[in-house]
Amino acid sequence: MVPLSYYLVLSAILFACGVAGFLLKHNIITIFMSIELMLNAVNLSFVAFAAHWQALSGQVFVFFVMVVAAAEAAVGLGIIIAVFRTRETLNVDRVNLLKL
Amino acid sequence: MNSNWNLWLIPALPLAGCALNGLFGRRFPRQLVTMVALAASGAAFVWALVVAARLAATPAAEIPHLEVYGTWLRAGSLSVPFAFMVDQLTLIMLLVVTGVGFLIHIYSAGYMAHEGGYYRFFSYLNLFMFFMLTLVLANNYLLMFVGWEGVGLASYLLIGFYFVKDSAASAGKKAFLVNRIGDFAFLIALFLLIKNFGSLTFSEVFAQVNPLPVEHNAGLLTAIGCLLMVGACGKSAQIPLYVWLPDAMEGPTPVSALIHAATMVTAGVYMVTRSNPVFFRAPDALLMVAVIGTLTAIFAATIGIVQNDIKRVLAYSTVSQLGYMFMACGVAAFSAGIFHLMTHAFFKALLFLGAGSVIHALGGEQDMRRMGGLRKRIPYTFWVMTIATFAIAGFFPLAGFFSKDEILWKALTSEHGSRWFWAVGIITAFITSFYMFRLWFMTFFGEYRGGQAKASHARDHGHAAHDTHGHTQPATEAQAQHTTSGHSHIHESPWVMLAPLVVLAVLSIVGGWIGWPEAIGGNQRFDHFLSPVISVHAEEAAAAEIEHSKELIFAGISLLVAFAGLFFAWLFYHRKRDLPGRAAVWFGGLYEAVLNKYYVDELYNAIFVNPLVKGSRTLLWRGIDAGAIDGTINASAVGAQELSAGVGRMQSGNIRSYAGWIVLGAVAVVIYMIVEGAR
Repeated sequence: MVPLSYYLVLSAILFACGVAGFLLKHNIITIFMSIELMLNAVNLSFVAFAAHWQALSGQVFVFFVMVVAAAEAAVGLGIIIAVFRTRETLNVDRVNLLKL
Repeated sequence: MNSNWNLWLIPALPLAGCALNGLFGRRFPRQLVTMVALAASGAAFVWALVVAARLAATPAAEIPHLEVYGTWLRAGSLSVPFAFMVDQLTLIMLLVVTGVGFLIHIYSAGYMAHEGGYYRFFSYLNLFMFFMLTLVLANNYLLMFVGWEGVGLASYLLIGFYFVKDSAASAGKKAFLVNRIGDFAFLIALFLLIKNFGSLTFSEVFAQVNPLPVEHNAGLLTAIGCLLMVGACGKSAQIPLYVWLPDAMEGPTPVSALIHAATMVTAGVYMVTRSNPVFFRAPDALLMVAVIGTLTAIFAATIGIVQNDIKRVLAYSTVSQLGYMFMACGVAAFSAGIFHLMTHAFFKALLFLGAGSVIHALGGEQDMRRMGGLRKRIPYTFWVMTIATFAIAGFFPLAGFFSKDEILWKALTSEHGSRWFWAVGIITAFITSFYMFRLWFMTFFGEYRGGQAKASHARDHGHAAHDTHGHTQPATEAQAQHTTSGHSHIHESPWVMLAPLVVLAVLSIVGGWIGWPEAIGGNQRFDHFLSPVISVHAEEAAAAEIEHSKELIFAGISLLVAFAGLFFAWLFYHRKRDLPGRAAVWFGGLYEAVLNKYYVDELYNAIFVNPLVKGSRTLLWRGIDAGAIDGTINASAVGAQELSAGVGRMQSGNIRSYAGWIVLGAVAVVIYMIVEGAR
């Protein structure tokens, strides 16, 4: 049986990778993927705790997160396409104004 | 209940004139402005005459006649009515102010005819009349103070009438500021009256003062008296506050005649006389009045000897004559003081207006060294000036003789008097006579000196000493430039200016006869007329048992002194024209000191003005205002700006920096939770 702390450490590493990617990358799509990475790192700790405490609520939460993530992916990709159409770039540093 | 005399009309008429001319005068034609102003002051004079007639018909028990128009202010037990009153003293002031004022209004219509700001001038002049009449009609100190401050305002406005001229503007400010010092003392005296007597109404205060014993040691009444005297010093140009009056000559000449000779400057004498119950019970304050008056009289007279500006000679003469009036008040001869006030109003107004006529004839020239020989060219002015000069010098039987002689006599014989006052007074009388005849000879006799601008001209030898000292007012210098070419334009003034001069000349002759002393077959009518207003002690009345022969001798002495002044002036300024220059060299340093007015202005500048200006500039302005107050506000503004600039940089629009802030926040929350959880 793998101890809980291993999962948590892995989850923390994944989350940190997500944060780092989110902060350092210039491409919106990469940033978007980093967000997914952070969400899934959280999912990992949810299921790890659920298994450890033998409680279902953690796993239920994961489903919620996945649903929200799917919805977010749909909306987010839509926004990305819109941004690309208007500015012809995916570099976030060029997208620092809400209006054109 | 007294009948209603509508006393309020007297000040209200000039006020209406002031308002009309002040508000609409700019659009009025000159004739209308003149008409409004003359009608206002003339009507006030007529009404004052009506009041005089009614007062004469009033039984003595009903004097003073009082008219209450309502309560002005009420605070606790203090209640100040808005009320006017007339008694003998007020009546004299009323007639002098409206009468002389009306004459000067007429004169001004001619004198100011070619000046800009015509309507403004008459508006101010009427405003002055309003405040001066309020001052003399008031039945309480507070209303009097309103008039007191108001005439100061009018004086300020009129001194600075030529406000584009720097010297005139600063002279106005000087007058206002110096008066403020006196007013401050006056105010404190009023506070003391409120605190101790709970009233400011003359009758109520004096009713409480009269039972009090004479203060042989300085006490409350002495303090009040001294403070009132300091207030009077400011308004009436006595030592140490006289410095503003000579500078006030920057104003137009009719203003000098009305405000700075005949009426406003005598307000102090009026106020001291009005407060005579206080002074009777405070011998120390009385002594102070006498000493200040005597010193001022001789001090200003000596300065008058060496002045070359015709108006300045008269200004110092005014200061000196006011000194006489205070000397009279100081020896408890209040009626003599008021008598001299009245005669002085006549002949000094005449002198100023005559000087104005001379200046007018010469097109603005004020320097006597550039006059001379005008006797033939402006004969009417010459004759009225002659009368005035003889009157002020104290020649029998002109007005000045009676009043001045009465003051000198009282200075010697009054129980508050002393032979010192008399001695200084008689010396001053000599000096007065001397400088007045100096003015007379320099202006009207000899040859006309205005045509030659060069001082090297033979006839100017006697005055070379004056010239080398270079003591000339810049303003007159500039005017001199303007007139040196105007030699042939010397002209007699129009009748509108001469008529008031003639009236005043007649008054200067006969004005003194109402106070014809008993020693030479008179009946002292003036003295008796005023006696109800002045609370004379019983022993005072006994001391008034006069040795007529002695009085005659002393009158003879003062007449002799006047002749001596005439003789020496003739000798110095007509017969031997080189004597003044030689005398100037002879006296050297003393002459220099007198020429520079004893350096009093410089002294005041060094002691009061400069430290104040410097202190204000460095400590108050640069230190406290610019440094502390502005500094604090500027610093907080700059701080807020820098803070918001820093915070504003967070909102760059850069998505990743937003994200970074979110992460930082999250990390901070996590750290906080960990620390809290560990505890």
